[in-house]
Amino acid sequence: MTPRRRRMTLVALIVLGVGAATAFALTAFQDNLLYFYSPSDVTAGKAPKDRVFRVGGMVPEGSFTRAEGSLEAHFALTDYAHEVKVSYTGVLPDLFREGQGVIARGRMGPDGVFIAEEVLAKHDENYMPPEVADALKKQHQKPPADGPLPTT
Amino acid sequence: MAAELGHFALILAFCLTLPQAFFGLMGAHWRRPHWIALANRAVAGQWVFTLFSFACLSYVFYHNDFSVLYVAQNSNSELPTFYRFAAVWGAHEGSLLLWMLVQATWALGVAAFSGNMPQQMTSRVIGVLGVISAGFALFILLTSNPFLRLWPAAPDGRDLNPLLQDPALAIHPPMLYIGYVGFSVPFAFAVAAMLEGKLDSLWARWVRPWATVAWMFLTCGIALGSWWAYYELGWGGWWFWDPVENASFMPWLIGTALIHSLAVTEKRGLFKSWTLLLSITAFSLSLLGTFLVRSGVIESVHAFASDPGRGLFILAFLCVCVGGALGLYAWRAPLFRSNAGFAPVSRESFLLFNNILLVAATVVILIGTTYPMFMDAFGLDKVSVGPPYFEAMFLVPMLPMVFLLAPGMHAAWKKASFESIKKTLGVLLVVALVLALAVSVGAYGWNSVMTIVGLTAAFWVAGASLVDPINRWRNGHSLPASIIGMSVAHFGLALFIIGATTVESYKKETDLSLKPGQTTEHAGFEFTMTKLEDVAGPNYQAVQSEVVITRNGKQVAVVHPQKRVYRVQKNAMTEAGIDAHWHRDLFVAMGEPLGGDAWSLRLQYKPMVRFIWFGAAIMALGGLIAICDRRYRKRVTVDESAAAAAGAKTA
Repeated sequence: MTPRRRRMTLVALIVLGVGAATAFALTAFQDNLLYFYSPSDVTAGKAPKDRVFRVGGMVPEGSFTRAEGSLEAHFALTDYAHEVKVSYTGVLPDLFREGQGVIARGRMGPDGVFIAEEVLAKHDENYMPPEVADALKKQHQKPPADGPLPTT
Repeated sequence: MAAELGHFALILAFCLTLPQAFFGLMGAHWRRPHWIALANRAVAGQWVFTLFSFACLSYVFYHNDFSVLYVAQNSNSELPTFYRFAAVWGAHEGSLLLWMLVQATWALGVAAFSGNMPQQMTSRVIGVLGVISAGFALFILLTSNPFLRLWPAAPDGRDLNPLLQDPALAIHPPMLYIGYVGFSVPFAFAVAAMLEGKLDSLWARWVRPWATVAWMFLTCGIALGSWWAYYELGWGGWWFWDPVENASFMPWLIGTALIHSLAVTEKRGLFKSWTLLLSITAFSLSLLGTFLVRSGVIESVHAFASDPGRGLFILAFLCVCVGGALGLYAWRAPLFRSNAGFAPVSRESFLLFNNILLVAATVVILIGTTYPMFMDAFGLDKVSVGPPYFEAMFLVPMLPMVFLLAPGMHAAWKKASFESIKKTLGVLLVVALVLALAVSVGAYGWNSVMTIVGLTAAFWVAGASLVDPINRWRNGHSLPASIIGMSVAHFGLALFIIGATTVESYKKETDLSLKPGQTTEHAGFEFTMTKLEDVAGPNYQAVQSEVVITRNGKQVAVVHPQKRVYRVQKNAMTEAGIDAHWHRDLFVAMGEPLGGDAWSLRLQYKPMVRFIWFGAAIMALGGLIAICDRRYRKRVTVDESAAAAAGAKTA
């Protein structure tokens, strides 16, 4: 092989490798994109039935229930227009409480209850997930005055 | 008073960055030794004033001066003294002042340890560093001044975020910043070389120690952050592919590529423009990381209260620095053509692949991290990219890289034959495979092919990295520090892979509810909650449980996980109880009260998890050994410099 041809082979190999990697990346990417929906979207049936997605909103006061000694918790998420019921089994994050903005990742159950695999609340009492803040804004309703405000 | 002095010193420091930049760059351009000397003085002055300013901020924290807004926001009279100092960089304003101090210290370092470089080169580097310092000083003064007064003064402060009240996190930001900012030095060297229009092996030799030191600190910083997340965020993961973690990991990957590419540039005078590009990219990604964290574009545990004005400033600064450097690159890169060749199988090829694969890994992470932001910016769907994407995609370039590492370490420059080493490497590969099978199938049980592949790669690299030092030592050859450093760093990588593979394959975790007196079984251990009590810390109240861990009736450990509530911010915090052992961690974290006396608990069994951070520490140690090499300290004479330049041309 002449040096030139050798170099071209090398370049071809690299292009091939990068191409294959890109193709693989794009598929992996599509499979692992998590879409975010507001409770209104979910109630309107916009959320997918068969794949994992995220839903975020405020946990309304008085919606949290748990049987004594059980790990299974039930609560609702609201954007002050619609509510979604959520069930979660496991340890909730430290800052989870009523009146807080949280994001839940999981899928819709057959009975219209969102089954969360993971619940996220942030380590800041004033924090509201930006998606939640946006979803609330879209509903033209401000959170109550004593509720969490986006940090300044 | 201290706050005003600090503010004033900061303004003076800013004023001194301007002559540093101007006299440094123009003094070299017009060849005026006086100007160059002046730039050096400006560096010293800037460092003194920045240090003074930083000391003033520490002083007001120490004295709980809540008439300073930043102190009132981030400290409290009950905060233990140690954390009052750590609180200095506990939020945005102070951490930028730390950044500036680190930047000034690096410039001082360049000025002090550049005796073996031509004055012009040093001067240009200092000039470029001056420009960067000026940008950051201006940023602090205009948008994020930590010395602003609060009137009327607050009676007490709002306290440091409880998450940050931790020894590892107190030193994590300085380490990370020394690394981030450290990449400004190779960046400045790259710009200086392009301004000068000359780049030879000697240049690479000057840059190498700086790049290695920056890389070393970044390694430590990232490892500390990961360790902290493991025990303090409470849930036992060691890497979350959180945007901010990614932001620090991308410069690390590019920095690693840069270190390897510099080796080729030094030894063979090749990859010149590539090295320049990597130098520029490493620092650009550091700046991008800062932009991502500060601007509030992304949300994560690290994102401090953010402000779009700040993000805009950093973005503009990023454009000036990166745009300027890339423009210069486009203009000057054609000057740095090298016409040396190398065979397809040679150390150069292996290092080329190392670089391509590291850059590919960076691209993978960059896409995953920024894609949601672009989607959001264009008003499309709100999405996030989950950890499975990163976990799968990161391995695609990294796995071949690790397998190429073992032969690559032993490949000769120009053309490698492997005649002498083929057998050793083959034997090592077989031994590695046997060991991997013994560990995975034998000790822990079958998991997946990937577990065996990962462990084989790790054992092979570990073995191969020891071959060269042992051979040299046995044959009585010299063993330069750079060779030891390389071997140690690669050995550290192997340890890291062993840890990461094992813990990801064999970790066991469960959430359950437990009452005092109850026992549960997990991963072959029995966990008994014996006590539940209230304890008080200096600035928090906590519920503490005592969990006795036994195995086959024999006591293994007693851990005391806590659920703390800090008095000022009222945040609940999980303090995990960890029984650490070299080959496994037992991890107990308290969730929440479930009514009655029952608590939800998370129990985890983490085999080999310590190897992850230990491996990273060994990698950093390798860097430290490598920079001790004699040739970096040698003063270069005029003859030698000419010879090296000629050598690089003909080789």
